[in-house]
Amino acid sequence: MSEAVATHTAAEAYETPLTPESWGKLGMWIFLAGDAMSFGTLLAAYGAARFGSGDWPVPANILGVGLSGFMTFLLICSSVAMVWGLSAAVHRDLAGYRKWIGLTIVGGVLFLCLQAYEWNEFIFHKGLGFSSNPYGAPLFGTTFFIITGFHGMHVTGGVIYLLCILIKGWNGSLLGDNAYIVEITGLYWHFVDLVWIMVFTFIYLL
Amino acid sequence: MAEQHSEPNYGGVWWWLLVLTIAEVLVAMPWLGIAHMPKVILLVGLALSKASLVALYFMHLRFERGTLLVIASTPLIICAFLLFMLMPDQGGMERTSEIRAEKAQSSGH
Repeated sequence: MSEAVATHTAAEAYETPLTPESWGKLGMWIFLAGDAMSFGTLLAAYGAARFGSGDWPVPANILGVGLSGFMTFLLICSSVAMVWGLSAAVHRDLAGYRKWIGLTIVGGVLFLCLQAYEWNEFIFHKGLGFSSNPYGAPLFGTTFFIITGFHGMHVTGGVIYLLCILIKGWNGSLLGDNAYIVEITGLYWHFVDLVWIMVFTFIYLL
Repeated sequence: MAEQHSEPNYGGVWWWLLVLTIAEVLVAMPWLGIAHMPKVILLVGLALSKASLVALYFMHLRFERGTLLVIASTPLIICAFLLFMLMPDQGGMERTSEIRAEKAQSSGH
């Protein structure tokens, strides 16, 4: 009886019908689903504002695609560094873990620097403001800054999250059986990359 | 506990993402002369392909149980529903802005 209870308790902790991994992973997926709806709502509102406007400018003419294309490439590279960091954690490779998670953070920080540069260019050199746009509909600036700003806040949160697990795992405490913590962090980071893929298409390219 | 499945070819996925991103930028270039609607369909298709690659291989959704797939696809379904619900309003707003433009044009003459 007591053996059966012990087995059942262990099964509840890690082997649920919902996920074979951990409750943390399930929790992160539920959080990401909610967050995806926030971004989905913002993009739907962007679409409504754009279709409802008679003088919406062609985004590529104002925003350009060169820098944002490079930022997309940077986040993709950062995502790959993240999965290699997870792989190193699973295979108990401490040097690899430090290197790849460190490179993931560098990718995120570079992305944020480029976004700050881009915003600076738009605000101070092209005159694009939160409620003003010399090229047409004022909502163009509003939607651009809200959506890219909301995403930038997620990147900032992700960089802090990654820094926390890099520091926590510096001595090798997140290797092997504890690598699931790195995997959960990775889910968040890949989500940030996934959302940028959609933002890049809808805000910059279309 | 993590990574009980065989490891995907992450380098290969990275190459695909790079190629699809380059394709997206090329499709968006005005000198290619692609008409608006095919361009929209192509760009959305390319973006969804990239997002699927990230979700399936980097987020390991391909190797997870079906329940996680249901959780992950829920926001997609709700957002698609939201878009369809907004469509009549978008059409109305588009027509309103057309009428405003027509009025402004006629008052100018």
